[in-house]
Amino acid sequence: MTEPLVVLKDVNKHFGDLHVLQDINLQIGKGEVVVVIGPSGSGKSTLCRTINRLETFESGTITIDGKPLPEEGKELAQLRADVGMVFQSFNLFAHKTILDNVTLGPVKVRGQGKKDAEKRAMELLERVGVAQQAQKYPAQLSGGQQQRVAIARSLAMDPKVMLFDEPTSALDPEMINEVLDVMVGLAKEGMTMVVVTHEMGFARKAANRVVFMADGQIVEEAQPETFFTAPRSDRAKDFLGKILTH
Amino acid sequence: MGDILSTYGPDILRAFWWTIKLSFFGGLGALVLGTIAAVMRVSPVAVMRFIGTSYVNIFRNTPLTLLMVMSVLGITYILGVSLSQDITQNAIRWAIVVIAVYHGAFVCEAIRSGVNTVPAGQAEAARSVGLTFGQTMREVILPQAFRGSIAPLGSVLIALIKNTTVAAVIVSAEAASLMQKIIENEGGSFAIFAIFALGFVILTLPLGVGFTSLSRRLAVKR
Ligand SMILES: Nc1ncnc2c1ncn2[C@@H]1O[C@H](COP(=O)(O)OP(=O)(O)O)[C@@H](O)[C@H]1O
Ligand SMILES: [Mg+2]
Repeated sequence: MTEPLVVLKDVNKHFGDLHVLQDINLQIGKGEVVVVIGPSGSGKSTLCRTINRLETFESGTITIDGKPLPEEGKELAQLRADVGMVFQSFNLFAHKTILDNVTLGPVKVRGQGKKDAEKRAMELLERVGVAQQAQKYPAQLSGGQQQRVAIARSLAMDPKVMLFDEPTSALDPEMINEVLDVMVGLAKEGMTMVVVTHEMGFARKAANRVVFMADGQIVEEAQPETFFTAPRSDRAKDFLGKILTH
Repeated sequence: MGDILSTYGPDILRAFWWTIKLSFFGGLGALVLGTIAAVMRVSPVAVMRFIGTSYVNIFRNTPLTLLMVMSVLGITYILGVSLSQDITQNAIRWAIVVIAVYHGAFVCEAIRSGVNTVPAGQAEAARSVGLTFGQTMREVILPQAFRGSIAPLGSVLIALIKNTTVAAVIVSAEAASLMQKIIENEGGSFAIFAIFALGFVILTLPLGVGFTSLSRRLAVKR
């Protein structure tokens, strides 16, 4: 494996009585694409959210590029800027145009000039195929277009790593591929990615590794082909059986 | 009604002009205080939340008349703190301060209800882009919260305009005090009440209509 960029060590988190992350150990190398898969409620979203500290955790350490996660405040904001996040529900800023959605971070967090930020934003929107919509508002776009804008918004920050939490789960089937194509492109260009998804096509095409989670634990890690054709654990076999039959 | 209007017409206009001034400056102050308090109430810092909540609870639950009297009687006469050397000016400034502080508590709650209309994902996206708490508030939450709270803010503003009459206990320039004077001079009549009631309706009705259409026009589409 390449030099680790994200390292989780013995991470534990509870929601009240629920032990939602149990002794999580995970390393993600520079340029590596890791797909996280597992039953609903197994803690995949929580794992993503903990990595950029949208959620706190009780014990263990998480480092990004060698730096531990700061507690709160400005330092944490700076770190979050280096970690892109793409949500299942897109979460574009509803009162801002598509262009302003993409330039907000670069201008306010990176201190870029408005002109430069807009030029870069247009390049990114071009790249994800929604440059035509730059002056529209999020509600005027389809789900697939919104999600591609969300990806462009993350990319505008030049993140070291990008987290995707079920980026295609809220999309109509015909829009899934337009988003996955963008993600495959990113993976090919060497972006470090953690992707929660059940899209096996994407995992096969783009992932270096599949991490299988169940009940707050990492049960199994393997190369995509190995995992899908010959899972070792019973939990994984059972889970794959369920998602393959429909 | 004609008699009263011809005798007191200019006085009535002047008195309502004072009502407008009290409303304008009081409203501006209430908006600023209420926004600050609302931000405090949703802040991640416990002390801030406590201060914001205490402010709302204290002023929302104290009668406005009591605050008015307390300002001039209590703070100026007993504690000796004046906002102006001139007695009239002092009273007017206190009236504005009291109106602002009192209604700020209601503005805070209106904005907070607006904040609740903003989905949690908006703040999470803002934070994950690297915005600080302050930036997240300014750039993402408050602009949407204001649009979501225009209707309740309109109600607060209308209440505020009508509540300026309470300032009559310390200020003798605005509409309600003039009405008392006219009644003392002319004897009470339905006409007098009607004129002043109409004056307030003229001030508040367009606001109500305006805020309703504004709230529809500026609603954030999701
Ligand atoms: N904010 C929260 N408060 C309490 N429980 C939560 C919260 N978020 C998630 N959970 C619970 O934690 C478990 C894991 O959730 P999640 O990480 O969203 O799972 P997944 O993304 O794998 O479906 C679930 O049982 C869920 O109900
Ligand atoms: Mg999830």
